[in-house]
Amino acid sequence: MRNKKITRRELLRNLSLATLAGISFPFLSCTKEEKEDFLQKHFREMTTDEKKRLIAKWEQRYQQKYGKKFVISTQEALPNTLWGYGLDLSRCIGCRRCVYACANENNNSRQNPQLHWIRVIRLKKGTLINLENSEHYYDPKQVPEPGFMYMPVQCQHCENPPCVKVCPVHATWKEPDGLVVVDYNWCIGCRYCIAACPYKGRVFNWAEPKLPPEEVNPEVHYLGNRPRMKCAVDKCTFCIQRIREGRYPACVEACPTGTRKFGNLLDPKSEIRYIIENKRVLRLKEDLNTEPKFYYFFEA
Amino acid sequence: MVGRYTVAQMTARLNRVILLFLILLGANDPALAIETSQEFPVPPPPFSEGMFPCSDCHASMEVNPKRRELKEAHEDIVLHHGETMRWCLDCHYAKNRDQLRLYNGELIGYEQSYRLCGECHGNVFNDWKAGIHGKRSGYFTQGKRTYLLCAHCHNPHDPKFKPMKPEPSPHRPMDKQHAK
Amino acid sequence: MEPLRDTLKETWRFFRETVVLVLKGSRAYYAWCLFLIAIIFVGLFFYLRQHEFGLITTNMNDQVSWGLYIANFTYLVGMAAAAVLLVVPAYVYQFKPIKEIVILGELFAASSIIMAILFVMVDLGRLDRFWHMIPGVGSMNFPQSLLAWDVIVLNGYLFLNLLIPVYLLVKYYYQKPPNWKFILPFILIAIPWAVGIHTVTAFLYNGLAARPFWNASILAPRFLASALCSGPAIMIIIFQVIRKVSDIEIEDRALFKIAEIMAYAMFLNLFLLTAEMFKEYYSNTYHIASFKYLYEGLHGHDQLVPLIWIGTAMNVVAFFLFLVPATRHRMSTLNLGCILIIMGVWIEKGPGFVIPGFVPDPLGEIYEYVPNALEFMVAFGIWATGFLIFTLLLKVAIPIITGKFRYSKFEKGTTPSFH
Repeated sequence: MRNKKITRRELLRNLSLATLAGISFPFLSCTKEEKEDFLQKHFREMTTDEKKRLIAKWEQRYQQKYGKKFVISTQEALPNTLWGYGLDLSRCIGCRRCVYACANENNNSRQNPQLHWIRVIRLKKGTLINLENSEHYYDPKQVPEPGFMYMPVQCQHCENPPCVKVCPVHATWKEPDGLVVVDYNWCIGCRYCIAACPYKGRVFNWAEPKLPPEEVNPEVHYLGNRPRMKCAVDKCTFCIQRIREGRYPACVEACPTGTRKFGNLLDPKSEIRYIIENKRVLRLKEDLNTEPKFYYFFEA
Repeated sequence: MVGRYTVAQMTARLNRVILLFLILLGANDPALAIETSQEFPVPPPPFSEGMFPCSDCHASMEVNPKRRELKEAHEDIVLHHGETMRWCLDCHYAKNRDQLRLYNGELIGYEQSYRLCGECHGNVFNDWKAGIHGKRSGYFTQGKRTYLLCAHCHNPHDPKFKPMKPEPSPHRPMDKQHAK
Repeated sequence: MEPLRDTLKETWRFFRETVVLVLKGSRAYYAWCLFLIAIIFVGLFFYLRQHEFGLITTNMNDQVSWGLYIANFTYLVGMAAAAVLLVVPAYVYQFKPIKEIVILGELFAASSIIMAILFVMVDLGRLDRFWHMIPGVGSMNFPQSLLAWDVIVLNGYLFLNLLIPVYLLVKYYYQKPPNWKFILPFILIAIPWAVGIHTVTAFLYNGLAARPFWNASILAPRFLASALCSGPAIMIIIFQVIRKVSDIEIEDRALFKIAEIMAYAMFLNLFLLTAEMFKEYYSNTYHIASFKYLYEGLHGHDQLVPLIWIGTAMNVVAFFLFLVPATRHRMSTLNLGCILIIMGVWIEKGPGFVIPGFVPDPLGEIYEYVPNALEFMVAFGIWATGFLIFTLLLKVAIPIITGKFRYSKFEKGTTPSFH
């Protein structure tokens, strides 16, 4: 009996030491880089100096990974700006040039998972509201097909974004110029925002993104198109890296039929204001009161 | 005194008329017309290789205003743009092929061809002037906004866009294993 | 200072003794524990694989972004909330046969909550960033985000359901009377808190305007009704097992009372389901799509249809088994009813609730989700973890309750006096 007791006590001691060692192993085997990443603060809470160091660190990392010199902008929102988007439904032919231009500009994962921020759906003419009859995977020889209309959908950058409301860690928020952005290093990957979005604007990096180094776009914004990491949510940012410099988003430039329009809603002389004032605009799912800034309209 | 007006009033009226006449004269001045096109900074018109200036050939050629199918030159151009109602010389000025002809007889250069298109396509012309018609590229801020001529996207002889092959459809969710 | 040092010494002694108690047992006990540990290791192996390669190793995707893990989470929160069903009759209605088993119910609630929290943790894409949710240290979006609320109420409930039983058990171990002025407020607050955890979980889904299937006010009452059936069902079975392997006396009367209350809860559950069906089928708007997908099939996709009808049939049969006193008071039909309810409510609240919310997706696409082997293994691993924890807790709790496990200064065999 006595021997058994000692053995049991020894067993207990050995077990607890082994468990302690096992638990502490991940912490001890972390590199300094991984520890730094683990403790990285929320982007909005960083001081200017911390941001500078953060940018330098990420530029170096991306250069090592992709072999190109990266320029990560942290350009803040321009004053008196509220970005709005216009899409002429009478002109979209469903060619998907915008989808792939966006993926190339924004360093999206190419496969496993293939992340498209824009989704073009095909609807039978006459059914706009019931999206149940949409076809996402149309693949005809030529577009447009007679009897159908095409509607591209992406993040609508709502004024009352439900995704911002539900994020448990403030990883996504609305910038002063109306853009809804994500801090990719703060997101915990719970995917509540994906469940909350009525427009399927958000996608998830289900694995480490597959991005061929030769196709990488090195002009990035920290909150926009910098290469992401696995298990973070991303979405259209209206090409934040371009619009804050005054250039059109990539999808607007890629569209061959002039379907897409963009501008500053607060500028009375902008293109988007002209559209809202003169065309028959509509927004998707307006009854949900999300106040999207993505205006669909028709020609006449 | 002439009639019910004083000399001073008459002179003032005459001055106004002369001024108006000069202005109207000036409005048709080609020099002023170029100024309008600078409101819409457009790149050069998309001429086919070696085609412009047209007067290189046509200055020495006899003008044949008879409506016909072209066989000796320009046979590659098939008019598919209101072709039942008009033909080449309804838009191209017969006496000077470097110019286009508006309805009121005014002659314009190719760099202002949007004015010709805008005569029939008024709604689209208004949209284009506001900057919301057509492909947008470059900068959208007021100072740096650029425009394209109608002819840069639409072939003036066959303007309707042809159907094109779409980019591939996204991977179906079940296909992710196969999309290596 | 002296009393504090004594308390600490006592606590440490208690803890040491419980560890010894846990490692000693019958052959059946070892077999059961080893079986569970084996499942846990398999689950852990698969989870590490998921952690390495990302959630692409599961069958979830952008269209159906929550799957088996969140389905189990929803079900387990309901199970944990059901402990209130035992606490309420015990303390509010002074129903003596149940009062003795309250502690066991609360320990089960604690294990259930641990399982629920584990399911959320394996579902997170970046578990290493979990600290972002801690208020103060990270940046918790309280009170706007319902997930933040859920984290707070679930952890609070876990704390309550560990504090109360452990406090009482330690007191009984030392043969000291519990300080009711201290513990009774906690016990009483556990009742609305239990309702709260399941309401918050329901609100999590309820608040999403993007998903018409979930955006119905009936969700919170339905959750509570189905929780009040499924939790006690598993408790009835567990109590019979406990009765067999230990000296604890649990009267049949207690089990029958629980079953009777479950019958009323199941009636409410079925009534609320009927109310939903009426609203969807009578108004017949486009929002019926998810409901149709679940019960009839949508555009040829009908994967969940047989499953949900089997689940509904189980619920209805179980309802009658519990309603009719003859079948309720016979152990064989009572147990059958319990098993039917456990499975039926799991189907209704797990896959039959989470998946149709995503079908069709906001742009009309239909993706039929089936969990793959990895997800099943991880899910089994977590269930095994919960059962192992519950087993170990009971291994300590039962001897204390029966009086076999006492502080050595006192004689063995004296049963504690319950309030």
